[in-house]
Amino acid sequence: MEKWDNNKAWFLVLPVFAIVAFSAVIPLMTVVNYSVQDIFGPGQRVFVGAEWFKATLADRRLHEALWRQFLFSGLVLLIEMPLGVMIALAMPKRGWGVSFSLVTLALPLLIPWNVIGTIWLIFTRPDIGLFGSIINSMGIAFDHTASPLDAWITLMLMEVWHWTPLVALLAYAGLRAIPEVYYQAAKIDGASAWATFRYIQLPKMRGVLTIALLLRFMDSFLIYAEPFVLTGGGPGNSTTFLSIYLVKLAVGQFDLGPAAAFSIIYFLIVLALCFVFYQVLQNVGRGEKA
Amino acid sequence: MSEIRSDKHTPEKPETLLLRNIDKVVGRDVHLENINLEFESSAINVVLGRTLSGKTSLLRILAGLDRPTRGTIEINGKDVTGVSVRKRSVAMVYQQFINYPSLSIYENIASPLKIAGFKKAEIDRHVRKTAEMLHIDDLLDRLPTELSGGQQQRTAIARALVKDAELLLLDEPLVNLDYKLREELRLELQEIFRQHKSIVVYTTTEPSEALMLEGNIVLIDQGCVIQSGPTRKVYHNPAALKAAEIFSDPPINYIDATVQAGTACLGQDIEFPLPPHMSSLLSGEYIFGVRSSHLFLLRTGESDLEMHAKVELSEINGSETFIHVDCGYCQMVVQEDGVRSARIGAEIKVYVSPSCFFVYNKEGNLVASPSNGVVQPMPG
Repeated sequence: MEKWDNNKAWFLVLPVFAIVAFSAVIPLMTVVNYSVQDIFGPGQRVFVGAEWFKATLADRRLHEALWRQFLFSGLVLLIEMPLGVMIALAMPKRGWGVSFSLVTLALPLLIPWNVIGTIWLIFTRPDIGLFGSIINSMGIAFDHTASPLDAWITLMLMEVWHWTPLVALLAYAGLRAIPEVYYQAAKIDGASAWATFRYIQLPKMRGVLTIALLLRFMDSFLIYAEPFVLTGGGPGNSTTFLSIYLVKLAVGQFDLGPAAAFSIIYFLIVLALCFVFYQVLQNVGRGEKA
Repeated sequence: MSEIRSDKHTPEKPETLLLRNIDKVVGRDVHLENINLEFESSAINVVLGRTLSGKTSLLRILAGLDRPTRGTIEINGKDVTGVSVRKRSVAMVYQQFINYPSLSIYENIASPLKIAGFKKAEIDRHVRKTAEMLHIDDLLDRLPTELSGGQQQRTAIARALVKDAELLLLDEPLVNLDYKLREELRLELQEIFRQHKSIVVYTTTEPSEALMLEGNIVLIDQGCVIQSGPTRKVYHNPAALKAAEIFSDPPINYIDATVQAGTACLGQDIEFPLPPHMSSLLSGEYIFGVRSSHLFLLRTGESDLEMHAKVELSEINGSETFIHVDCGYCQMVVQEDGVRSARIGAEIKVYVSPSCFFVYNKEGNLVASPSNGVVQPMPG
């Protein structure tokens, strides 16, 4: 029981408790409070129990937004993860090329989200945008304000352009951390380039790729600024993702109760998925029979 | 495993690896200079040198990972200088414990055999036999990260052995293990190497490790071979001061000496008749070398020289104590068994028998040695 002798150690943890309380717990409790009440105005509120949760879970538009969200995040991960790893593998290992490629890769990451939206909004416009007008002049009708597919393509391009560098940088860091002797050993074993990737590089990158996957999943699952700037969730509801729908509900229609219930469900979904991802990635590829 | 190669080589004829005039220059740094060596499969070949002396560069060239800037490598009379590492028959064990991280111990050991295209049953037999030899047969289902450092290195060694390559290279394989594991694995390795038919090259920084492994030794320093030959013979006749320095831990002590008319003088006040092994020395200036283990704090014999010295530092190394002393005309390290304490600045007496002196001329070449080739019982 020696461990408990130094009770003063708890004081060192207090600041963290305070910060977490103000940044996370207190706002979350406010939302929980909203989610169980019907609010008509200041001082006018009725306790409604789990009614908003039931209504939200049955909301067809929420279901649509959720599936849209899954499709979007799934596509983002499917493209960005392999692409990021490929870029990392192709990056130079020494010389001036290293700093050059690192800086070039980091550029998109430095641009604010709403600016990214504006850049691509203009870039893909059929009348004045470089990309849009070239595509249209080639005879392919491309207009993200009219066609849901074009809106999705534009969003994916934006997302991949913006965030693949993050995956590439993380993967590159993972690759650089592999000691040179591993490659030597592989050469002496006569292992092919693919075997070297599969049995040395990939397992050694597991840690950073787990982080990249979790970050990219969470971020893409919470996407808001890009579709908001591009089409505001349209055309129709084709790019109305969960967060866009949530903001429409809370700010547009001022339905605080349903929006709060929605937020909590949203939060729990993200939490549950991250937990699943983490567990799966911890165990995948361990003790496999090659 | 010998049956795999039995058709190619008759067991009576040892395999040989020959290095001729090897240079390795990277940029402006000379990593190896004019290396001429012959390694045989009949005994283990130990390469002893300090860190950055060129041991690893030499192994990389032996493995075919690097091409020498100049010179040729022959295995069994066949020139393999330009042959790529993938086409050579080489296995290597490193300082770090290198295994495939996502494969089980079994799969790790089996990997070289799979690449070589062996049948499943045969792979299984070899893997289990080798694992048993290295006492990891009950860990075959585990992953490398689930094992201790010693077990991980055993796996790496098993992977190298199972390949049954012509050339087995070990680059300071025990340096990252703790003392007890190192002793244990060293004894086992000696036995394994004895049974193994490959040419084994083993690098180390520790003279004691080289002595325990026996076989043949190459002393290497700053990219040059200082001396090579049977380990015990080299230990008892280090041909140059540099060789004696590398092959002694702590490094050999030097005393400037003058020889005149059958007597030798150390400093101002020590004069003694030449012991038998020095009797043929001509008059002149010499450097006497004496290993720390031959210096004592108590008189051990009639003919011992008594040197007055001041303690500068005392350090405990394992179960031994190294006492650094200053005699005025020389500085020495006395190696004493057991943990002793010596007060810094204390005046003490150091005893040494003149029969233990190696004699070097001013150019640093061996002129007389205590054994003159006669094998003595080894110290410590």
